[in-house]
Amino acid sequence: MSTTTTPFAEVAASTSTLRAFLHGLPGVDRVGADARAAMLGTRSIKTTAKRQAIDLAIRMVDLTTLEGADTVGKVRAMCAKAIHPDPTDPSVPAVAAVCVYPDLVATAVQALKGSGVKVASVATAFPSGRSSLEVKVADTELAVAAGASEIDMVIDRGAFLSGDYLTVYEQIAAVKGACGSAHLKVILETGELATYDNVRRASWLAMIAGADFIKTSTGKVSPAATLPVTLVMLEAVRDFLRTAGRKVGVKPAGGIRTTKDAIKYLVLVNETAGPDWLDPDWFRLGASSLLNDLLMQRQKMASGRYAGPDYFTLD
Amino acid sequence: MSERLAVRKTYKLFIGGAFPRSESGRSYVVNSSKGEFLANASKASRKDARDAVTAARKAFPGWSAATAYNRGQILYRVAEMLEGRRAQFVAELVDADGVGVRKAGELVDAAVDRLVWYAGWSDKIGAIRGSANPVAGPYFNLSSTEPTGVVAVVAPGEGPLLGLISVIAPVIVTGNTCVVVASERAPLPSVTLAEVLATSDLPGGVVNILTGSAAEIAPWLAGHMDVNAIDLTGAGAELAVTCEELAAENLKRVLRPPTAKIDWLADPGTDRMTAFLETKTVWHPIGT
Amino acid sequence: MFEYAPAPESRDIVDIRPSYGLFINGEWVDPLGEGRDKTVNPASEEVLAEVAVAGEADVDRAVQAARKAFAVWSAMPGSERAKYIFRIARIIQERARELAVLESLDNGKPIRESRDVDLPLVAAHFFYYAGWADKLSYAGFGPSPQPLGVAGQVIPWNFPLLMLAWKIAPALACGNTVVLKPAETTPLTALAFAEICRQADLPPGVVNIVTGAGETGAALVAHPDVDKVAFTGSTEVGRLIARSVAGSRKKLTLELGGKAANIVFEDAALDQAVEGIVNGIFFNQGHVCCAGSRLLVQESVAEELLDALKRRLSTLRLGDPLDKNTDIGAINSAAQLAKIRELSEAGEAEGAERWSPACPIPDKGFWFPPTIFTGVAQSHRIAREEIFGPVLSVLTFRTPAEAVEKANNTPYGLSAGVWTEKGSLMLWMASRLRAGVVWSNTFNKFDPTSPFGGYKESGYGREGGRHGLEAYLAV
Repeated sequence: MSTTTTPFAEVAASTSTLRAFLHGLPGVDRVGADARAAMLGTRSIKTTAKRQAIDLAIRMVDLTTLEGADTVGKVRAMCAKAIHPDPTDPSVPAVAAVCVYPDLVATAVQALKGSGVKVASVATAFPSGRSSLEVKVADTELAVAAGASEIDMVIDRGAFLSGDYLTVYEQIAAVKGACGSAHLKVILETGELATYDNVRRASWLAMIAGADFIKTSTGKVSPAATLPVTLVMLEAVRDFLRTAGRKVGVKPAGGIRTTKDAIKYLVLVNETAGPDWLDPDWFRLGASSLLNDLLMQRQKMASGRYAGPDYFTLD
Repeated sequence: MSERLAVRKTYKLFIGGAFPRSESGRSYVVNSSKGEFLANASKASRKDARDAVTAARKAFPGWSAATAYNRGQILYRVAEMLEGRRAQFVAELVDADGVGVRKAGELVDAAVDRLVWYAGWSDKIGAIRGSANPVAGPYFNLSSTEPTGVVAVVAPGEGPLLGLISVIAPVIVTGNTCVVVASERAPLPSVTLAEVLATSDLPGGVVNILTGSAAEIAPWLAGHMDVNAIDLTGAGAELAVTCEELAAENLKRVLRPPTAKIDWLADPGTDRMTAFLETKTVWHPIGT
Repeated sequence: MFEYAPAPESRDIVDIRPSYGLFINGEWVDPLGEGRDKTVNPASEEVLAEVAVAGEADVDRAVQAARKAFAVWSAMPGSERAKYIFRIARIIQERARELAVLESLDNGKPIRESRDVDLPLVAAHFFYYAGWADKLSYAGFGPSPQPLGVAGQVIPWNFPLLMLAWKIAPALACGNTVVLKPAETTPLTALAFAEICRQADLPPGVVNIVTGAGETGAALVAHPDVDKVAFTGSTEVGRLIARSVAGSRKKLTLELGGKAANIVFEDAALDQAVEGIVNGIFFNQGHVCCAGSRLLVQESVAEELLDALKRRLSTLRLGDPLDKNTDIGAINSAAQLAKIRELSEAGEAEGAERWSPACPIPDKGFWFPPTIFTGVAQSHRIAREEIFGPVLSVLTFRTPAEAVEKANNTPYGLSAGVWTEKGSLMLWMASRLRAGVVWSNTFNKFDPTSPFGGYKESGYGREGGRHGLEAYLAV
C-alpha cells in the first residue's frame, strides 16, 4: 500500500468519519458547473494549437474494446493500430494504452511488446461491480499476473449510494493492494452517481483509498463521460494535490467520439487542473472511435483537404 | 349656574409615537372655516422634521419586516378606533371644513371604509405586483414587492381627514414608514388622528405627523438624504417643483401633485401603493 | 505548454462607413451644425468612423419626426406593431454575427461576450416585447393603457446594443415613438440598428437615432415635446436629469450606478462561487452597473477562497477583443481607463493590498489587468465608489447579520450576490438585501422576462418583464 493514504487514516477509520469528511467537502452547484464547462467548450483551438492538441489527444487515448464478442484476433488488430494509428504516416504517435477484458490481457501484452503502449485491463466484476471482494481481488490478480500494467476497477455504486463509504473504501484499498506495481484507475460510473456532489465525494473517496487515476465511466451506462463531470473530477485532483501532496490522474471514458470533443477535454484540463495534467501520465481519453476522427482531422490539417473514412483502418 | 368651562386640548406634533411640542416652541393660530379661533397648533421646524425622519427610519426595519397579515390587522384596528371616535371627528370636520354634520359624517365614514379597504391590501398587493418570471435557463426567478423606505408625505390641504387617511394608508400598508406634513389650514383632525394611531397597536414612528407650514418643512424633507421617497400630493405647483428638484439629490421616488382636483370619495386604485414599492428580483439556479 | 493560437473572428463581415449622419424620420441626414466626432476601436486606438454631433436643432428635428410618427404608430393595432418588432428581432438574429463583431470593435468587449451574451439577449428582448404589443390590456395597467408619446432615451457605452434594445423594444411595444442617443464612444451598433429599422420597413420617425455627447443628451432630455425620459448611466448624470425634468411632468426612469456586494458564505459551492465572482466583476471588463465589485467573504473561508480566486484569475486571457478566446477585452476609453487608474491608486494609497496576475498588456489601446484589492475597509474609496472596471475589493465578515449590514451600507442598491448551499440562509439574505436584483448562487444573469432596476441611488423604474411596460404607459 502506498504511504499517501496515511494523512487520511483517521478519515478512513469508519463510515461515519468518512461521511463527515466527504460531506464536509464544498458542494457543487450543477448549473454553475455546467455553465463553466460549456464556456470552456467555446474555446476556439485552431492552427498550430489544434495540431498540437490532436497529437496530444492521440497520445492520451486508451484504445478500448470491451465487448462480449471480443476475440484474440480483434485485440491483435487493435494493438497494431495502437502502435501505428496511421500506417501511412509514421509521424503519428502511438496511443497511451489498450484497454481489454482480463482474459485478453496476455494477447495484448504479447502484441504490444516493446512498443511502449501499455496494457490496461478492466477488473472487479466489470462493469456492474456486483460480486464479492474475493472475486474482485482475484479478478485483479489474474489481470496483473497476465501482464496488465494498469487496472481499471469499478466501485460498488450500490454501497456508495447507500452511504456505505467504508465498504467502497476498503474494496478500492484491497484492489490497490492486489495491483502491486500496476496503476489503479478507479471508475466512479458517474452516470449512476447522478449528482455532482456525489461525483466529488466519490472522487475523494477513491483518491483517499489509493487511486492513481479516477475515471468517469465504464462506457456501459449512459450518460458516460461529460464535460461538467470531468470538470468536477479535475477540480478534485487539483485540490487533492494541494491537500494530500499526491497527484492523481483523470480519465473520461465513453461517448468521446470527435476531435472537437477531445479538444474540449484538453481545454478543460488546461484551465482547471492546469497544464501539469496535460500528459498521458495524468490524463487519458477512454475511447474507440475517437482515434479515427483524430487521424482524419490530423490529415486534413496536413493536406488542406477534408479526409474520408475509407482511408483509415477500422480495427 | 354658569355653563361649565371646557378643558381644551393642546394640539401637538406626533413623532416616534410621542406627542412633543415643536422643539422651536412655535405655534400658529388655527381658525375654523368661519374664521373663529379653534386652537393654537404646533408649528413644526426643520429640526422637528429631522427628528421625525429619524423616528421613521428607526421604525422601518420592524414595520417592514412585520407580516403583511399583521400590518393588515393593525390598519383594521386603526379603522376600529376611528369608528369609535366618529362623533369627535364629525365635530372637528364641521369646524375645520365648514361642512354640515351630515356631510362630515359621510366623510368620516368614508375615511373608516378607506382604512378597511387598504387594510385588506396588505397581503394582496404583492400577489398582483409580483411575478414568477419564465427566464430562458435553469433558474428560479421571482419578482416581489418591497417597501421603498421612509416616505415624506405632503398631505392635501383639502380633506383634512379623508384626504389625510387616503395618503397615509397606502404608504404604510406595504411596510413603509412616513413623515406627514398635515394640511396647514386644517391641521386639527390630523392631531386627533395621531391619537387614534397611538392607541391602535401601530408601532411608534411608523407614522409621524407634523403640523405647520408645508412650504417651510417640505423642502427639508425633500432634500433629506435619509428619506427615500416623497408624495407631493398636497404641495402647490411652485413648492412641488422645488421639492422635486431637491429630491433628485438622492434620487427619491417622487409622486407628483395631481393635475386635476382629486375626488377623495372615488375608488383610489392601487397607484398610491405602487408608487412606494420597489421590485426585487431574485435568481437561483435549479439543479440537482 | 498548450498555447491557444490566435483565433480572431473575421472583421471583414462588417462594413463600416467612413462617416455617419443622423437617423431622423427614416432617413440619413447631415447635422445642421459642423460638429463631428470620431469613434475609435479602444483595442487599437484606430479611428473606426466619423459620427455626427447632433445639436439642439437636430434634436428638435428628431423629436418632431417622432411626434409626427406617434400619430401613426400609436393608432396602429397592437398586433401590427408586434409584427414590426418581431421582424426587427428576426433581422437582428440574421445579422447577429456582424453586429457582434461591430460591437466588439467599437466597445472593446470580447467577441465571446458580444456573440454569446449581448446579441442573443438583444434579439430575445425585441422578441419578448413584440409579444406584448397586442396584449397590453392584460398587463394589469387597466383595460386600455395608453402610450406616453415621444420617448427620449439616453444609453451608455457598456452594452450599447443591449441597452438600446432595453429602451426601444418596450417603448415601441407600448405605442411610443423614440429618439435615442447612443453613447459618444459606442455609436456604431445603434447606427446599424437604424439600418435594421429600414430593412424592417418600420414607419419613418418611429425610431430616430441622434449621436453626440452629453450636450446632445441634455438637449433631448430637456426638449419640451418629449413625454418620457429613460436614462441608463452614472448616478451623477441621473441626478442632473432628475433635476432637469422636475416640474415638467415627463415620466422618468433611471438605471444608474451600483456597488454590489457579492457575499460568499463558508458553506458555498466554492468552485462555482469563484466562477461567480469572476463573472461578477470581470465580465465586460467590469463595465457593468450591477457588477459584483465588493466581495464579502466569510472569514473562515477567506484564505481558501482567495487562493482559488487568484489561481483562477491567472487563467484569464486578456487581449484582442475579436479573438474568440479572449476573456478580458479593452477598456472602453482613455477617460475610463484614467478613472480606473485613479481609483486603483487611491486604493493603494489608502492601504489596501493590490494584486494582479501576470498578464501581458498590448502596446496600443486601453487596457487594465484584472485586479484584486485585499485588506479593504468599508471606508476606502474603492469600497464605496463605482470603479466601473475590472477591479474587485475584498472585505470579510463573520456573521450573516454583519454581511447584510456591510452589503447595505452604500447609497446604491442595484444588485447583490449570495453564495450559500443553505436555502433558508439564502432567502433570509435575499429578503434583507436592499437591492433590485439578488443573484443567489449565480451572478450577472439577464433575461427579457426578468425585471431589472435599482433601489435608492441606483435609480427607479424597472426594465424587463411585465414591470418594464409601466415605464412606457400612461399609468
